[in-house]
Amino acid sequence: MSSMVYAGTEVSVNDEGFFTDPEQWREDMAPEIAREADIETLTDRHWQVIKFMRHEYADKGTGPSVRALSKISGVSIKELYELFPKGPAKLAAKIAGIPKPRGCI
Amino acid sequence: MISRIVILGGGTGGTLAANRLRRELGASCQITVVDTDGDHVYQPGLLFVPFARVRPDRLARPRARQLRRGISYHQCPADHVDIGARQVHLADGTVLPYDALVIASGAALLPGETEGLPRAMAQGRAFTFYDLAGAVALREALAGFSGGRIAVNVVDLPIKCPVAPLEFCFLADTYFRQRGIRDRVELTLVTPLDGAFTRAIASRELGGLLDRKGIGLVTEFNTGEVDASAGRLVSFDGRDVSFDLAVVVPIHGGQPYVGRSPGLGDALGFVPVDEHTLQSKASPDIFAIGDAADLRASKAGSVAHFEGEILAANIASFLAGQPLSASFDGHTNCFIESGAGKALLIDFNYATEPVPGHFPGPIGLPLLKESRLNHAGKLAFQWLYWHMLLPGRDIPGIPAGMTLAGKHVPAAGPDHQVTS
Repeated sequence: MSSMVYAGTEVSVNDEGFFTDPEQWREDMAPEIAREADIETLTDRHWQVIKFMRHEYADKGTGPSVRALSKISGVSIKELYELFPKGPAKLAAKIAGIPKPRGCI
Repeated sequence: MISRIVILGGGTGGTLAANRLRRELGASCQITVVDTDGDHVYQPGLLFVPFARVRPDRLARPRARQLRRGISYHQCPADHVDIGARQVHLADGTVLPYDALVIASGAALLPGETEGLPRAMAQGRAFTFYDLAGAVALREALAGFSGGRIAVNVVDLPIKCPVAPLEFCFLADTYFRQRGIRDRVELTLVTPLDGAFTRAIASRELGGLLDRKGIGLVTEFNTGEVDASAGRLVSFDGRDVSFDLAVVVPIHGGQPYVGRSPGLGDALGFVPVDEHTLQSKASPDIFAIGDAADLRASKAGSVAHFEGEILAANIASFLAGQPLSASFDGHTNCFIESGAGKALLIDFNYATEPVPGHFPGPIGLPLLKESRLNHAGKLAFQWLYWHMLLPGRDIPGIPAGMTLAGKHVPAAGPDHQVTS
């Protein structure tokens, strides 16, 4: 475990950069986390997904899988990959300041 | 007063739950099992069908015959569950009121959720061995296969029996060796996982086996499209894998009636339950067992078996108005066929990942290690399935809760996540 500074505030993250305490996250940190993942600008569509991730985490205690995220948010899987290249569920979780989604077994 | 228990699904979980409840509660409850068809398929046997090592007609038996005397069987698709009214509505108009409902309807295969997959299957370019008809079709395709690229693709998780795609690769390696054409066949496992398996120690061991058998591994591949005409799998992030024959494990979801029952299922149609009591988060009179539940345990017959004891105890408590005291620990036990007459065995739960050692204690079958004994165990399991698991009996020496006896657990497992 280590710490990072986003928007001038120190936060706790794990080895992979996921927040360990989602309470420490604030909206103005998201653009900085996104830039580290080569997403230069967060559009309204990005924000729609980020807010879904926060909501799902608050509701269920874990972020959704890509397929569940697509079904719940109404954003197609294709578009999710355009918004968050490589791994929408993981990347959106990181930017939304929630722990890495629990993998299925 | 007689309690009415309705069980939706007459597969592994539904059948063993019905038999346990009937035995434990006797005539104080009236049990009705509902399923859409009459055939109970021994699903672990499907893996062997494509390699012509089992006759398909030996895998199925009548569902109703697996139920104890006194249990009613109703063959009809469910339409929806009315949670508020505590009623199940069937497609034929029958309404079944319940005091306790068990969702045991398993997982459905959804090839239609992947672009191009239905067409590729219709054209004989892609196959699945996850149902009986598909496994038989794949047997014919493999028999006629004289060389080329075979991609074994898991589209997305969760799937039933997460080790089956690996086993398919190992058995295919043996199959083509025996036919003398292994050098003309390129085998590749294409998975959305970041390794051969979900848990670290087993992933290393199984990844090593793939490597030794010359089977390719493509990881973190989220299949977006199966392009039959070009013969390639295309991932959402734009990578592709070429194939001459694709063996695809389609996306899994809950049964359609779950989606038509407001509040019952999650976005994928699986039923959220407490991971220890198996009680639905939607309503205290609903429980789920086996693949239909959204648990973070594997979707595997052994899980349904171990859950059976907990489910029956908790339903009995619920009907008696007492607190639920039985707790499921995520116990899973799987034989992994590794080809050439050998198999591995893994035994794990929510907290302990698969590790080396012996099962069920220091003297027993080797864990996470290839052995002929384990292969014999896998074959013997079919008898246990029909005569011990489905009747809802405990297997002597193998309790529902996982034990650490015989296991070599590392001091701080690599699976252990530091969260604080």
